[in-house]
Amino acid sequence: MDNLSGGHVVGVTGPLATIEVKKGQEVLQNEVAFVVCQGVPLKSEIIRVRGNLVDMQVFESTTGLKVGDEVQFSGELLSATLGPGILGNIYDGLQNPLAKLENNQGFFLKRGQYLNSLDEEKVWEFTPEVSKGTKVKGGHYLGKVPEGIFDHHILVPLTFLGTWEVVDIKPVGSYRITDQIAVLRNDDGREETVTMKQQWPVKIPLRTYEERLLPNRQLLTQCRLIDIFYPLAEGGTACIPGPFGAGKTVLQQIISRYAQADIVIIVACGERAGEVVETIREFPELEDPRTGKSLMDRTVIICNTSSMPVAAREASIYTGVTLGEYFRQIGLKVLLLADSTSRWAQALREASARMEEIPGEEAFPAYLESRIAAVYERAGLVRLYNDTTGSLTVIGTVSPAGGNFEEPVTQNTLKVVGAFYGLSRTRSDQRRYPAIDPLISWSLYLNLMGDSLNKQRNEEWVTLVREAQDLLFKGSEIHQMMLVVGEEGISVDDLVLYLKSEIVDAVCLQQDAFDVVERATSEERQVSDFLLIMDMVHHPFTFKGKEEAREQMTHMQNLFFQLKYCPFQGDEYQRYRKEIETILGKE
Amino acid sequence: MILEHSRITAIQGDIITVPATGITYGELATVKSRGRTSLAQVIRLRGDGVSLQVFAGAKGVATGDQVRFLGHPMQVAFGDALLGRIFNGSGDPIDKGSELMALPRIDIGGPSVNPIMRVIPRGFIETRVPMVDVFNPLVESQKLPIFAAAGEPYNDLLARIGMRANADIVILGGIGLKYDEYLKFRIAFEQAGVLSRTIMFIHTASDPVVERLLVPDMCLAVAEQFGVRGKRVLVLLTDMTAFADAMKEIAISMDMVPSNLGYPGSLYSDLASRYEKAVDFEGSGSITILAVTTMPGDDVTHPVPDNTGYITEGQFYLRKGVIEPFGSLSRLKQLVIGKVTREDHGYIMNSMVRLFAKSREVEQKLAMGFDKTADDDRYLHYAKLFYDRFMDLKVDIGLNDALDLGWKTLSECFRADEVGIKQEFVDKYWPKGH
Repeated sequence: MDNLSGGHVVGVTGPLATIEVKKGQEVLQNEVAFVVCQGVPLKSEIIRVRGNLVDMQVFESTTGLKVGDEVQFSGELLSATLGPGILGNIYDGLQNPLAKLENNQGFFLKRGQYLNSLDEEKVWEFTPEVSKGTKVKGGHYLGKVPEGIFDHHILVPLTFLGTWEVVDIKPVGSYRITDQIAVLRNDDGREETVTMKQQWPVKIPLRTYEERLLPNRQLLTQCRLIDIFYPLAEGGTACIPGPFGAGKTVLQQIISRYAQADIVIIVACGERAGEVVETIREFPELEDPRTGKSLMDRTVIICNTSSMPVAAREASIYTGVTLGEYFRQIGLKVLLLADSTSRWAQALREASARMEEIPGEEAFPAYLESRIAAVYERAGLVRLYNDTTGSLTVIGTVSPAGGNFEEPVTQNTLKVVGAFYGLSRTRSDQRRYPAIDPLISWSLYLNLMGDSLNKQRNEEWVTLVREAQDLLFKGSEIHQMMLVVGEEGISVDDLVLYLKSEIVDAVCLQQDAFDVVERATSEERQVSDFLLIMDMVHHPFTFKGKEEAREQMTHMQNLFFQLKYCPFQGDEYQRYRKEIETILGKE
Repeated sequence: MILEHSRITAIQGDIITVPATGITYGELATVKSRGRTSLAQVIRLRGDGVSLQVFAGAKGVATGDQVRFLGHPMQVAFGDALLGRIFNGSGDPIDKGSELMALPRIDIGGPSVNPIMRVIPRGFIETRVPMVDVFNPLVESQKLPIFAAAGEPYNDLLARIGMRANADIVILGGIGLKYDEYLKFRIAFEQAGVLSRTIMFIHTASDPVVERLLVPDMCLAVAEQFGVRGKRVLVLLTDMTAFADAMKEIAISMDMVPSNLGYPGSLYSDLASRYEKAVDFEGSGSITILAVTTMPGDDVTHPVPDNTGYITEGQFYLRKGVIEPFGSLSRLKQLVIGKVTREDHGYIMNSMVRLFAKSREVEQKLAMGFDKTADDDRYLHYAKLFYDRFMDLKVDIGLNDALDLGWKTLSECFRADEVGIKQEFVDKYWPKGH
C-alpha cells in the first residue's frame, strides 16, 4: 500500500473522519481507504469530496483516532467477492466471515480484521463449458463446479467489457478459486487470466443479462395470507412495515425457512443479534424439505447487527443485493430478506447529519428516496444470455417510527415495491398472526400473475381470491357497524356474513408459526383448503335466529380450525373434511 | 503521555473546546476548575480544536482552567471487591467503603460480541408474577424494558423481579434516580438479603446531567466481565429515558441536526449499543437487562420508547399499577414455552388473551349503552376473574399453578369448543365436570 496515494486526518466526529489530501490529488467517490489508527488500518469509504477535504465513513469504531493519522487510498470501490463458497457463510456487512474472525476474550469483535470472504484453500471440481476460440462476454459461463445441490457456473468476469475470445481453458479437474482457469483475449489483443473468484462494486447494479422480464411467476412462501391473498412474484419486491412487536421477525424467519427459493440471503441490518443467532444456530440443523439437505446450504447470512459499527450497516444491504444478483446470474431463484431497511436509512441519516447536510423530512437526507428506489430496482426476473432465467426477489422490512406508516422510509418504499404487507398492532394484540392486516395490504402481482395462477391453481382462482378479499372488507364493515349499533341492530344475513369472514380470517389468514403442520402450507393444500373454505362461504345457510347462527357458525369454525392442524390428507384430516362437507351438503 | 492545556476557547452547554494536538478520539481528560475536578471525554476532533463533554457539567468552568488529557478512554474498576458496593455516575464509591485503587481498570463501551459467539437463550426465569410467567415469560439473556408513565410503580416491580430472579449478580444502574427511590432499592435489597450480590451505580436526579451517560456503560462493562467469567448477571436500569435525554442535550450543544423531538439521529444506535450487551456467552455466563423506560405523556410513540421497542426483545407495559396483557410481549418466550415449561402453556396463553380481548370489546360495547346479551355476561365474568387471578400485581403464584388456574378459569366461563384449543389438550387438561 506504500506507493498508493493518501492523506491525513484533520477531524473526527463519531464514525465520520475528515481527511486532507494534497492539492490536485485524484480521489474516487465511494473509494475504499484505510485510516491507520494506532497501527491498525481501519476500512473506510469516501462519501464526500470538497476541495482537498475528503469525508470518509469509517466502518469501525473511531476511538483512538487522532488528527494527523495517516490515510491510504486503495484505488478501488467497495466490492463484494464472488465465486464458489459463498453459500452457508455468515458475513458481516463488509463480507468478512464472522466465524473466522479472531475475538477478544473469545467473544468480542476486534477491529481492523479483514479476511478473505471465500475459502481459498478449498478445491472445487471444475468442468469447462466453453472451448478455446469461443467468443464470450462478461457474465457468460466458462464452466461449472458443483456446490451443494446445484451447479455453480463460473462467469466471465462481470467487469469485462466487450467481446473476449477464450485463449485457454482448463480441462476437467480440481482447482482452488485462486487458480487460473482460463485466459481471455479482447479485440485489442489484451490478454487476461481468469480465476473462479471475482470482485464487483456493491453499489453498482449488475446488468449482464439479455433483458428483464415481467415478474409473472409466483414465488411460494407457504404463508397462506401471502400466497393466497397477496401473492409475491419471482423477481418481485415487497415490503413489510410494522410497529415493534407485531411479528416482523417471526414472519421473516418463516419466509426464510419455507419459501420455495434456491438461495435465501438474509441481511440482518441493524437489528438484534439475537434474531440472527436463532437463524445461525438452527438453520444448520433444519432440513430443507425440497432437497433433504441442511437449510444452511442454501442460505447466506449478512449480519451487521445494531451494536456493530453503523457505517458498515449501510454497506450490508448493498453487499447482500450484490450477492443476490450474482446468484441470479448463475440462473437461480434468489430471495433476499432485508431486515430492516429503516435501520439502513437511519445509517444514511447519521452520516448525513455528521456531514451537516441540509436535512429533509424527519432529518433523513433528501436522497433517501432515490437510494431506496435504487436498491429495490435491483430485484427482477431476467432472461440470461443462455436463454435460461434467474430471479432476485427482495423483501424488505420497515420499522416505522411510532408504527406510523406515514413516515418517509415507509412511504418512499411503498412507491417502488410490488407488494405491501402491512402489519398491524391491532391484529397482533388479538394474537391474529401473522399480523398482516388484510384490509390495508396489497399486491400488484395478483393481477400480473392472474393467468398463471388460474392455470396452476384453479380456473377461477383470482376471482375467488377477490371474492374472499371482498368478504373480509364486508365483514369488517359489519363488525364496525355492530360496534356502533350492537348485534341487535344488524340483520341475520349480515351476521352470517360477518361470521363467515371471521372463519376465513381464523382458518386461512391466521397461521400458527410454531406448529409443525401449520407453519408451512404447500401449494396443493392451499388450493384444496381454500376451495373448501370458499364452498362454505358460498353455502346458503338458513338460520332461525342469531343465536342459532352463532352456534352453528362457531361449530363450523371449530371444524375448520381442527382441520388446519391435521396433517394434509391424513385420516383425521379426512374425517374433519368429511364432516364439513356433510354440513355443506357436498358428499 | 499526559498532556496539559490551559486555554479553553469555547464553552457551549456542557461542551468545552480546547486547542490541542495529538489527542485521540474518545480519550478521557480531567478539567480542574475552582475547587473541583471533573472528568471529560473527547467527542469531536476538528483541526487542532478538541471538543470535550464535561461530565460534571461546564458550570463554573473558566476559560483558563486546566485540561489534562489522560491518554485512555473512560474506564471502571473491576473485581469481586465490587460486590455489595455503591458507586456514583463517575464510578467513585459513595458508600462508606474503601477506595478501589488496587483493582484493575477496564474500558467501558467496548465492542460488541461477535454474533456467532452467541447461543440461543434457553433459561426460563420464574418470577411468580403470572402476567410475566404465563403470558410473557422472562428468558435468561433477554433485554426487556418496562414502559410506564410517570407515577407507575415501575421501580417496585423492577426491585421485585430483581430480588426473586435467579441470578448470580445483580447490577443496578440508577440514571437520574430520585434519592428516596435509591434508598428504597437499597433497603429492599438489604431486606431480601441480596445486597452482597449486588453492585449499584447510582446517578441521582441532583447529579450533573452528563454523568448519566456513563451509568449504563459502566454497569454493562462490569456485567460483561462477570459474564465472561461464568456469572449470570442481571442488570437493572432505571430510567433509560433520562439517559436518552442526556444524549439529546449533548447533541444539541454540539449543533447536531436533530431528527425527532430534538433527539439525535443516532438515538437508535446509541440505545442499541447498550441493550445489545445482553447476551448468553457460549460456555460461560450471561447478561439479562431489565430497564425502565418512562413514557413522556404516556405516549409509546415518543422516540425513546419507540426506538427502545424496536431494539429490545419485547416490553412490559405498566398501566394503572398492572401489567397490560395487550402490547406487553416477551419475544423470546417461544424459546421456553412448551419446551422448558409445560406443553399446554402456549395454548392457554393464546386462548386466554384472545378471550380477554373479546371481553374488553364487550365492555366497550356496554359502555356505549347497548343491551347486554347472555354471552356478554360470560365475558364480563371472565374479565373479572382474569383481573383478580392474573393481573393483580399482588398475586404471587408459580407457573404450573397459574396454568391450572387458567384451565379452571376458562372452564368456569366457556365451553370447551369455544376456546380454540387443540382437542388433545382439551381432553387432557379441561377440568372434569364442565
